[in-house]
Amino acid sequence: MFKPSTRHNIPAGSSSAALEVKLNKRHFSFGEQEQSSRYRHRLNFYSKPPSLDITIDEFESFAIARLRVLSYIESLSHRSLPYQQFSSTVATYLKQHLPLASNTARNVDLEAERRKDEIGHWVLRLAFCRSPDLRARFVRSEVALFKHRFETDDFVERAEFLRSLKFDWELVDETEKMSSASQLRTCLGQGKEDTFKVESWFKVPWWTVPDLVGSRRVFIKGGMAYVPQSLQLSLVLQAFAARLERALEITAKNLPRLDEDERLGPVIEHLAASFLSGIGTSDFQPSENNAAVTAEMVDDVARKHFPPCMRNLYDRLKRDSHLKHFGRLQLGLFLKGIGLPLDEAIVFWRKMYGSTMSDDKFNKEYKYNIRHGYGQEGKRTNYPPRSCQQILTQNQPGTQDTHGCPFRHFSPETLSSFLLSTYPTLDRSSNDLKEIMDSVKNSHYHLSCTRVFELTHGIKKGEGLGSGESVTHPNKWTERSRDLEK
Amino acid sequence: MPIPIKDDPMVDYDPSSPQVMNAFYRRLFPYRPFFLWLNQDHAPAKLFTHREFAFTLAGDVYIRYNSFHSADDFKKELLRLNPSRFEIGPQYSARPRDRKTLAAGALQPQRRELVFDIDMTDYDEIRTCCTDKKICKRCWGYIAAAVKVLDQTLRETFGFKHLLWVYSGRRGIHCWISDSQALDLNDDQRKAIVTFLEVIKGSKEQMKKVNVRGSNGEAPLHPFLEDTLQTLKFDFARVCLEEQDCFRSERGWETLLSLLPQDRDITGTLRNLWQSDPGRSSSDKWHDLQSRVAPLEDSDQHKTFRRYQRAMQDIILQYTYPRIDSEVSKHRNHLLKSPFCIHPGTGRVCIPVNPSLVDEFDPDTVPTVGELLSQLDHLPSEEEQKGRKIEDYEHTSLKPYVEMFEKHVAAILRDTRALKVKEESMEF
Ligand code: SF4
Ligand SMILES: [Zn+2]
Repeated sequence: MFKPSTRHNIPAGSSSAALEVKLNKRHFSFGEQEQSSRYRHRLNFYSKPPSLDITIDEFESFAIARLRVLSYIESLSHRSLPYQQFSSTVATYLKQHLPLASNTARNVDLEAERRKDEIGHWVLRLAFCRSPDLRARFVRSEVALFKHRFETDDFVERAEFLRSLKFDWELVDETEKMSSASQLRTCLGQGKEDTFKVESWFKVPWWTVPDLVGSRRVFIKGGMAYVPQSLQLSLVLQAFAARLERALEITAKNLPRLDEDERLGPVIEHLAASFLSGIGTSDFQPSENNAAVTAEMVDDVARKHFPPCMRNLYDRLKRDSHLKHFGRLQLGLFLKGIGLPLDEAIVFWRKMYGSTMSDDKFNKEYKYNIRHGYGQEGKRTNYPPRSCQQILTQNQPGTQDTHGCPFRHFSPETLSSFLLSTYPTLDRSSNDLKEIMDSVKNSHYHLSCTRVFELTHGIKKGEGLGSGESVTHPNKWTERSRDLEK
Repeated sequence: MPIPIKDDPMVDYDPSSPQVMNAFYRRLFPYRPFFLWLNQDHAPAKLFTHREFAFTLAGDVYIRYNSFHSADDFKKELLRLNPSRFEIGPQYSARPRDRKTLAAGALQPQRRELVFDIDMTDYDEIRTCCTDKKICKRCWGYIAAAVKVLDQTLRETFGFKHLLWVYSGRRGIHCWISDSQALDLNDDQRKAIVTFLEVIKGSKEQMKKVNVRGSNGEAPLHPFLEDTLQTLKFDFARVCLEEQDCFRSERGWETLLSLLPQDRDITGTLRNLWQSDPGRSSSDKWHDLQSRVAPLEDSDQHKTFRRYQRAMQDIILQYTYPRIDSEVSKHRNHLLKSPFCIHPGTGRVCIPVNPSLVDEFDPDTVPTVGELLSQLDHLPSEEEQKGRKIEDYEHTSLKPYVEMFEKHVAAILRDTRALKVKEESMEF
């Protein structure tokens, strides 16, 4: 019989193998024989880790290419397009960023494509295994990607691929088919008699095909779901998802070992962060007409033009000469957004850390990170500053953290005293503060923030950042605030 | 106001009094089978030690994330806190009581019985005998029909064996499924089974709450619904047509008409007939409908016939199909009141219910904590009890329910033991 839960079907040991990364200065290519045996199929269940004897540049660029694709798929899937349109849009995007041709394709370096596909997947596992939330999103988009490829795969090649996976699905024999004929036929839908005759069924525990159960598309008896061949895709996807989920859990447990290579840590963190911030869909474009900010000027700009979340981070940084990781990320990308160039950013951070940190430590541990955030290391991805939405909902700050949004992440008492001390124009006894706190109570953080903007800039209530626009991005606050000063 | 005459000793036992609850927990609560039921083994396992218990104390103080090393440990705390009721959650990845010392996200729900909750509230729009918190033997008929159908589907379709039905103490019933496959279901899988089972959907404003025939409304019923319908036909006739007389009032039969295809020949004549004869019973009305639809079957109006037939089947489902509170079942970390709690309002014990006798079940005859304690007052003295030590509950009307529970638990243990043996033998 089957073992309970989704765990069934996982060959022992396959996905628990750990990925080993050996970084190499130069490009290393696989030996000829190994190539042909490794990538026999276009589709891949990613059950055996590749040997990652590669350069850090490849490590990151492969991952980013895949990350773009996954983010793209994720944002598309929120738009509920008709399936045809979804599928053709994905196809176009894939062709550009992560092509994967079938065996019959000509003039294509199949090995290179498949290697890139495989390595990208494995690197992202490292980035996404860390929280249940990230894992779920990763699995969801990987499944969508796999599904798309599966559906567009060459018929013969797909059959071969499936055979290579050696699923142990039980085939329903003819006697049983006949004895449950009417039920099976009903579930098959509009099927005519001949469709029923040629169709065959697999019998699997119902919980391995939850989507088919939820939509009542299969006959179920005694705990077994009868899945017609025509719905086989569900079975395959379920197996893909179950194996990946399990593999990610295992990776999460083994991850600390990987952080030993100091060059990989930041790359992986940035990968995860940029997935969360919707890579490629930056919603803040700095306008050209704001003058560049120098390290010297930050203090002045902060006092006059920083929104509460950034004021809080900046004030803490000034006080403690230190910020924790997510705080650095949030403030750093924001500063980039207000026009602090890379070399000035290095000066700024060096200055802020002050004597608490040796030059050596700064150069080794922080400089790379700053440069990376500016897209000057690795794959030169320009990571966008984070929006309110992202700050509000992602990487919830722990008790030791300073990042996040004060309106959401402070207790009411802390928030009101923070506001009063940060923005002296706010009046404790006025109705305004109460109003702000009321919006917070109702989780309308944007409204509170917008109201603070109005009050501190002498703007009529309801005007917001101009024509009633509310604060949705810390950089927009600052940009508007600096415009008003002109 | 006349002073009530206290000829009945149970009047003294008020379930909201701490002494009464304490006596119940001290003398009557069936700890042994309760522990085995949750733990599925004799030695304390994670299913018990990592399990969340939530207590409701007097004054609505609610304490979550309790967990216990053993049944004794549990009993001690129960006696100390003396809650008015308590709830059971899932087995977590760590002991819930340690949660403050754990890393963020380290406390994840893992295993949990699959549970269902049916509550009379969801039937308010179709019951005519009682309203609000009240319940009687007549409206219990709805719950009984729901239990039969759900029990049948969960066993035959989904292959579950260990179902425990528990009266919720006032207006509803819970089902706890302890099969190991059920314990292992993740939230997605729970959601799938709930979506599969859920048939009655839509708000108060929505008349037609049954949409189970595909997007065109003409697809054949899923085989499980076809089976269900065969069972529910009888309950519909008995409960809705006879006992509740759902279509006697004008509002009742207007609802019925609104659920039928709007065809003037049939619904129009029915409306005229029913308006002119206000005393017509629901059975008569249903019969009126049937006798107008039946002749169409072999005529050139076969299509109309089919439309009416489908609509009538859907009506039977809408009036009798189980209305489950789906949120309760979907998430492993949902807390559900424990069996053998006392309902604070009614004083009745949340006793197990035999699904095959659910039609005979009468909520008014469920033992109350007061009755049980007064039965204990008349205990034979120690000397009179010769031989084996007799547990207190055995002297009360709780006895058959505890025995039923023990039998249920024994069956679970038999299965887990068999499963273990099999796993061990497979390792070699
Ligand atoms: S609402 Fe946005 S800009 Fe305002 S404090 Fe929160 S995160 Fe910052
Ligand atoms: Zn009633």
